[in-house]
Amino acid sequence: MHTTIETADGKGKKLVDLIELDEVTVRFAGDSGDGMQLTGSQFTSTTALMGNDLSTLPDYPAEIRAPAGTLYGVSGFQLHFSNKDIHTPGDKPDMLVAMNPAALKVNIKDVREGGAIIVNTDAFDAKNLKLAKYAVSPLEDGSLRGYKLFEVPITKMVTTALEGIGLSMKEITRSKNFFALGLCYWMYNRPMEPTLAWIKEKFGKNPMIAEGNERALRAGYNYGDTTEIFTSRFEVKPAKLPAGTYRNVTGNEATAIGILAACELAKLPGFLGSYPITPASEILHELSSHKNFNFRTFQAEDEIAGICSAIGAAFGGSLAFTNTSGPGMALKQEAIGLAIMIELPLVIVNVQRGGPSTGLPTKPEQSDLFQAILGRNGESPLPVIAASSPANCFWMAIEAARIALKHMTPVVLLTDGYLGNGSEPWLLPKAENLPDISIPFATDPETYKPYSRNEHLARPWAVPGTPGLEHRIGGLEKKHIDGTVNYEPGNHQFMTDMRAAKVKKVQDSIPEQDIFGSEDAEFALVGWGGTYGAIRAATERLLAAGKKVAHVHIKYLNPFPKNLEQVLRRYKKLLIPENNLGQLAFLLRANYMIDSETLAKVQGLPFVPSEIEVAALKSLESM
Amino acid sequence: MSTEDKTMTKETGAPQLTAKDLASDQDVRWCPGCGDYSILAQVQRSLPSLGYKKEDLAFVSGIGCSSRFPYYMNTYGFHGIHGRALAIASGLKAAHPNLSVWVATGDGDCLSIGGNHFIHAARKNFDLNVMMFDNQIYGLTKGQYSPTSLYGQKTKSTPLGSIDHPFNPLLVALGAEASFVARSMDRDMKHLASTVVRAAEHHGFSFIDILQNCNIFNDGAFFLYTEKETKPDNTVFIEHGKPLVFGKDNNKGIKLDGFRPKVVSLEDYSVNDLLVHDEKSKELAFILAHMTDMPGYPMPLGVFLDIERPVLEDDMKKQIDKAIEKSGRGDLNSLFREGNTWEITGN
Ligand code: SF4
Repeated sequence: MHTTIETADGKGKKLVDLIELDEVTVRFAGDSGDGMQLTGSQFTSTTALMGNDLSTLPDYPAEIRAPAGTLYGVSGFQLHFSNKDIHTPGDKPDMLVAMNPAALKVNIKDVREGGAIIVNTDAFDAKNLKLAKYAVSPLEDGSLRGYKLFEVPITKMVTTALEGIGLSMKEITRSKNFFALGLCYWMYNRPMEPTLAWIKEKFGKNPMIAEGNERALRAGYNYGDTTEIFTSRFEVKPAKLPAGTYRNVTGNEATAIGILAACELAKLPGFLGSYPITPASEILHELSSHKNFNFRTFQAEDEIAGICSAIGAAFGGSLAFTNTSGPGMALKQEAIGLAIMIELPLVIVNVQRGGPSTGLPTKPEQSDLFQAILGRNGESPLPVIAASSPANCFWMAIEAARIALKHMTPVVLLTDGYLGNGSEPWLLPKAENLPDISIPFATDPETYKPYSRNEHLARPWAVPGTPGLEHRIGGLEKKHIDGTVNYEPGNHQFMTDMRAAKVKKVQDSIPEQDIFGSEDAEFALVGWGGTYGAIRAATERLLAAGKKVAHVHIKYLNPFPKNLEQVLRRYKKLLIPENNLGQLAFLLRANYMIDSETLAKVQGLPFVPSEIEVAALKSLESM
Repeated sequence: MSTEDKTMTKETGAPQLTAKDLASDQDVRWCPGCGDYSILAQVQRSLPSLGYKKEDLAFVSGIGCSSRFPYYMNTYGFHGIHGRALAIASGLKAAHPNLSVWVATGDGDCLSIGGNHFIHAARKNFDLNVMMFDNQIYGLTKGQYSPTSLYGQKTKSTPLGSIDHPFNPLLVALGAEASFVARSMDRDMKHLASTVVRAAEHHGFSFIDILQNCNIFNDGAFFLYTEKETKPDNTVFIEHGKPLVFGKDNNKGIKLDGFRPKVVSLEDYSVNDLLVHDEKSKELAFILAHMTDMPGYPMPLGVFLDIERPVLEDDMKKQIDKAIEKSGRGDLNSLFREGNTWEITGN
């Protein structure tokens, strides 16, 4: 798959010679107070409306307002857009907008050779250079010679443009992100109207600020139009995506929408017990603003109360959820064990982040797979599934609820900070085409036994308030069928085996493992969760280069799909890229005695396709 | 269920339950002589008068001797994990506000491992009825000191005496803004039964500190207050609107001296000089609760505070109703289409 940009690289042409492009990756970077996330998300909305396929990756510091100008205070937003189906936020940015020296320093190593860099020269003063630990200004020492550098005095331009409308100097300089956005709209031939409308709506109550931002946006656009330093504009035509209605969605939004959909499809009131934690809190925010779905959100006093309140709600007949991230997941484990023992439906969403301990709160990692599958006392199996892209979070949230209800069990849904904060266009489903996942409550006192089981080995769900079904549940071992407390040796063995068999039974209701790529490949890239996009993009590139490769992406991690072993045995060699030190590889070896190679990346950053491509080529060579 | 010789409840017209109806078929397994038996009996005896249906009662507990309670009630029951009863009960009540939800917990379960849930459940004011079986010891783990054990108390884990300052559970509850705070004891069946009824009648978070004898690991901890000979001179039963009189011959009383209660003899003072209890006064509740720790003062028992304030699950429901009234019952297709959407056609 060759794009204009990549061939341009190879043949030594310059970016400015190109007009129509297949795909572009842009990164906006500045101080965390510079409004880069806003700039990025505005560029994203407009690009989505233009019909491009896209993928985004915000990258922000853990500090809310780190000191201005420092390296650790740099906030970034990357957007990859294309005229075809894409899977990742892009390898190396084609263009970097750097609002200050620190933003340049932190991001320059990622920009592709020959890529464009727009800098706000006004921010390159002695103080900021020192904060960014530059001895000499990079604008003067020739270190940027390999790039197409655009030096724009953004602060000055904005100050001039906003003169006389009555804003303070501080307010005026705050609009400089809109100038950068306007300039980028000009460069990539995007309309300003969607952002103009957004400014009106957002700052309607403060007309002065609204006007300032509008003027800054237009000034940026006009600057591109009039100044001579920009000699080309670029165009990325709409992508050929499946027909339908789309919206842009982040993984956390999609998870929340999936949760609401699951409750509707289950015909049950919903409940979320939650405690704020990065990067999972947006799920709580989103659900809190949709109370008209008869959905209850409860911000608990801690992670433990978050899940315990959800367990209480499940006992009371709600479809209950709790959401968290790594450290919070660790705190919830005892209660997850309780949910396994009492066999009530519950979905635990873990938006994974870098660990251990507090680790990297704002950076993604997928190192909670062991914790999800194995992290409790006792023999405590439960189904674990993982979403593979931001929009896929919607489907997997419904799937987690479906499994929880059908099998009367807690289910862990793993996403991560990369999926949670990243976004992509989502082909909207029609509610009427979504599956019915409802199950009946027990109502008959004649036949009711708390721990009797149906063909899925699920026990009946009897909700308090139902006459004649009064019963007691709890964390102590239960007698088969009766559900009374029981310590008999034989019963504990039986119930332990039963809980394992019940989770295994989930295999009957999940799809078989699918394969992407060459039919006759002897080499496969295997992945799970958020690495999907990077692995898929790498696989496509390898296939385009004539390599025989396959991509096996596992969405169901416990139990694995029935045919997984058979699928994996087709290949002589497996390479598993994981944002951990090889947790899936460990599980595959433990389950099937199948060996594999691990490509581990734990840098708080997702894979880019080229890393996987290079590793795969090396691995293929040694076959 | 046999229905003979049952009266009808006022509200439902259904046959009124008896204490026997509320007993489950499980053998009660507390140590013989344990104060928990009495608490179970008083709860089973007093709830029927309130007109509940069996299926509308739920008992939730954590871990400890007290937390076996739900197994012995023929209602819905949930024996949770250590310290988390209130978190589980909060979720249950939020999701199912029509239930009458009861929490059986102990001094360790409630104030040590579950302390955080306790203060927040009180503050949030869920309509829960919390009975804390306070025996000032860990029973189920065989005799370690608890957060209410006395300073200097010798236990398995404090052979030289406890060096922890204990919690006064009433002050914790009041400090956490519980809207109903009471104290009773296992050995005063009438008082306990009536306190349970008062807790049930209160709409909001009700807390009863129940002094309970653990005859195995802390026998006699409260005998001074519970036994016939010593009880009258060492306890004062507070009642709304009534002066605080106590003593064998009702010859003593409590008077306020500034902010401090003072024990006075009714030979020197008249009943009219005494402090009159007011359940609606938070200030007074604190003053009376403090008497617990004051040497030479009687142990105060009764309802310290009973006030109304917004109940969390009610507000939760109101917000949902309001949201539906404002934007209509949620519809998935419009939810999907929130924000900017665009069409791709004919590819
Ligand atoms: S150990 Fe104490 S509290 Fe526990 S059941 Fe025995 S007597 Fe009662």
